[in-house]
Amino acid sequence: MSSKNALADEFTAKAQAVSAFVSRVSSPEEALEKIMALCLERSACELLATGCELPLSGDAARLCDGKQQKVVAAPGLKKDLSKKLAKLCADLGVRYVTEGMREYVAGVDIGFTVADRAIAETGTMVFNSDSEELRLATMVSEIHAALVPVSRIVPTAMDMAPELRKTFSGAPNYTAFVTGASRTADIERVLTLGVHGPLELHIYLWEDK
Amino acid sequence: MQTAKNLGEYRSELREALSDDFLRKAMDNFAVAYRVSREKAFAGMDIEAVVQAIATAKDNAVARMDELYAEFKQKAEAAGATVHLAKTAGEANELVASIARKAGVKRVLKSKSMTAEETHLNHHLEAAGLEVTETDLGEFIIQLRGEGPTHMVMPAIHLSRYEVADLFADVTKKKQDSEIEKLVKVARRELRAKFNQAEMGVSGANFAISETGTLAVLTNEGNARLTATLPRVHVFMVGLDKLTPTVEDALTAIRGLPRNATGQAITSYVSWITGPAQCAAAPGGKKELHIILLDNGRSAIAKDPLFAQALRCVRCGACANVCPVYRMVGGHKYGHVYIGAIGLILTYFYHGRDKAKNLVQNCINCGACKAVCIAGIDLPRLIKEVYARIQDEEGHSLPNAMLGRVLQNRSLFHGLLRAAKLVQRPVTGGTPYLRHLPQFFARDHGFRALPAIAEKPFRDMWPALKPRVDAPKASVALFAGCVQDFVYPEQAVAMVKVLAAGGAAVEFPMGQSCCGLPVEMMGEKKAARDVAVQNIKALDPAVFDYIVCGCASCASHLKKAYPRLLADDPGLALTAQRFADKVIDFSSFVRDVLGMDAESFKNDAVQTAYHSPCHLCRGLGVTKPPRELIAMAGQYAPAAEEDVCCGFGGTYSSKFPEVSAEILAKKLSHVEAAGAARLVTDCPGCVMQLRGGMEKRGAGTVVRHIAEVLAENLKG
Repeated sequence: MSSKNALADEFTAKAQAVSAFVSRVSSPEEALEKIMALCLERSACELLATGCELPLSGDAARLCDGKQQKVVAAPGLKKDLSKKLAKLCADLGVRYVTEGMREYVAGVDIGFTVADRAIAETGTMVFNSDSEELRLATMVSEIHAALVPVSRIVPTAMDMAPELRKTFSGAPNYTAFVTGASRTADIERVLTLGVHGPLELHIYLWEDK
Repeated sequence: MQTAKNLGEYRSELREALSDDFLRKAMDNFAVAYRVSREKAFAGMDIEAVVQAIATAKDNAVARMDELYAEFKQKAEAAGATVHLAKTAGEANELVASIARKAGVKRVLKSKSMTAEETHLNHHLEAAGLEVTETDLGEFIIQLRGEGPTHMVMPAIHLSRYEVADLFADVTKKKQDSEIEKLVKVARRELRAKFNQAEMGVSGANFAISETGTLAVLTNEGNARLTATLPRVHVFMVGLDKLTPTVEDALTAIRGLPRNATGQAITSYVSWITGPAQCAAAPGGKKELHIILLDNGRSAIAKDPLFAQALRCVRCGACANVCPVYRMVGGHKYGHVYIGAIGLILTYFYHGRDKAKNLVQNCINCGACKAVCIAGIDLPRLIKEVYARIQDEEGHSLPNAMLGRVLQNRSLFHGLLRAAKLVQRPVTGGTPYLRHLPQFFARDHGFRALPAIAEKPFRDMWPALKPRVDAPKASVALFAGCVQDFVYPEQAVAMVKVLAAGGAAVEFPMGQSCCGLPVEMMGEKKAARDVAVQNIKALDPAVFDYIVCGCASCASHLKKAYPRLLADDPGLALTAQRFADKVIDFSSFVRDVLGMDAESFKNDAVQTAYHSPCHLCRGLGVTKPPRELIAMAGQYAPAAEEDVCCGFGGTYSSKFPEVSAEILAKKLSHVEAAGAARLVTDCPGCVMQLRGGMEKRGAGTVVRHIAEVLAENLKG
């Protein structure tokens, strides 16, 4: 087994240990197809955002009213990939969003982004989130889906230290480590996913060259 | 938040907490679950190396605090942030309020910041007419209740789902289901609406990296990300102790912090923020970013040779998680703002003597916090030191000062103990216990039977007892300690018998006195030093090969504290170290030095549970020899939580008897569940507590010192 594969395996195991869904894809396009399949099969693309069916205050309920359509958000994708996803969305009648994320604070069904780095030791993805659009897509989505090119996996966070230092020095900068879905144990220490951020994290490992 | 005016008031608050059944059950489950998840998180890692790395990095940063601040300010401002230094809590609060005023802010969102809790920022902002919403779920819940946190990581751990449902019903004006998953989703929706409206975010940060001017924030919920993203203005409030020189230092600490806090390898989110991020809601599309670094005493602590290590704290909360007292009474009674062992220390520095003076006495000195601290802070020692300082500042209490005086004079102390034996006669009823306790004493101490002073102290028996050993393997000075000498001389007699059988020549130097731990616990440092000198002179390390002690607390005090107490005395420092080097606990000496084994003992096959004394397992790191010896002389029956304190803690059990009683009850239940007919330990203090408790329960389990069991089962 090559060391690249060993890293991918370790990353997979660690990400799964924090309830991320990890699958392998042979191309970014395959990831797009999987996302759309997810939208259909698991009825992830719901009309209502999570929690909107529950008894809420006036303000919270009004914000829910803002989300009346199935939405996939993917700011920051390269042009050709973005075009392909736009077409898939159009075919299925899903709104495709790449900007104006503040209009969707109530929630989008799926946010799709490409990880800049990944850390095998903890199953972590690293996103340069300078773009507010991208940042919000990873925060307000019900499901965060991400593509991780295997070549971008490093063994430990410490291996990234020089790179991080360089990134932070080109300020302003917002870099995010994401490991698993949003979680809380604040009520009776019961682990609950999706308190503020995504309820599910889906990772597509792409064995790039 | 602990605010009692005096010890009496504090004790009645503790009693109230002890009767909160939900709290007790929640804390119990947590204490047990935490240990398991922590162990799992660190599996395969060298924890000591992680602790050492964090301690070294933090010490280095604390020593360079001023320099790091200057560098951080320069880098962060070059990146577009505005950096402020607040000398006091009030100054920090006013800075936040004035930033809000200038920016025309009405609604403020907060993500968790212990530093903002420290300054009581919310009160200040609300008084300034701002609406403040906490966004961390736990903080949101306690804000609705108008309370402070009861844990640094899980602020609402004291509340049930039903209480949360009631709070959310108030917020939404609709009836709420008590299902946790639904409650979390309701909070998600309610807070999402708040995120959509607020103009300013306030948050804390875990690291302020000076080389790049970067702030690192660890959260699981993701609220800090939304808080730092949506509003047009953001203020970070960060203690100066969070300054760290490099990215590597932050990454080093992140290897330990989440693992030690919640048993996670890493939190769901780590945000690294350098300068004002893109923000569509702000004029020019760029956020207004302020960073307030709070001093509030930190720069003074940084210069203190002893207390500087308190600034290593990374706020993981582990010292509370393992504290047997916290487990019983919860965070509202075990801290002011900062909770757990570190809270007992920081309260004095950040919130003053009045808030700290009762709290700081509520340490049972079991050392569990020190053993779990990811930054290697000597928490029990700092707690004792705070107590000593408070007494130096406020005057020593009469009982403490008197005990100090008495212990400094050995013949007076021993004379009083002998006199006590005569006084107690009417109340023993012919048993080895004090039967008819005076009313004022009986009320709080009824949870255990208290032993009577022995008819004849060990020192009076010694001349007739001293064994002759031909061709001894080692010469040994026996240090008995007050309890074995005057209450349980039979334990010392048993020790001598075993030691002689193992081939040691034993002496009992008569000049020995109390080890001094009780007076150090009471903050009487001078008395502690004086008795140390007496004992070092009495048990001359130039004469004996070993100084053997059957009391775990005495042994760890002799070995660990003496060199420290006498370090600055050029005439005694070396002798104190030589003395300490020769101190060894009874079980280790018998097993490892004398090499006694299964051949040395008969096995009586009695089911035997073991209580691992705090000062033996954590104080001296001794865990195997006593268990091996038990298995040689009987059937070892493992019990749950063997290494958790029995609740004695020396003077602790007379100062906080209600807490002591509850800790003891848990211990005894575990022993009963193990099906043991005998409970063995190697500390006479623990024997006093455990035997007294078993006697009160009327349980058939006998409690013995390990030396007694070994002596009874000696072969030949």
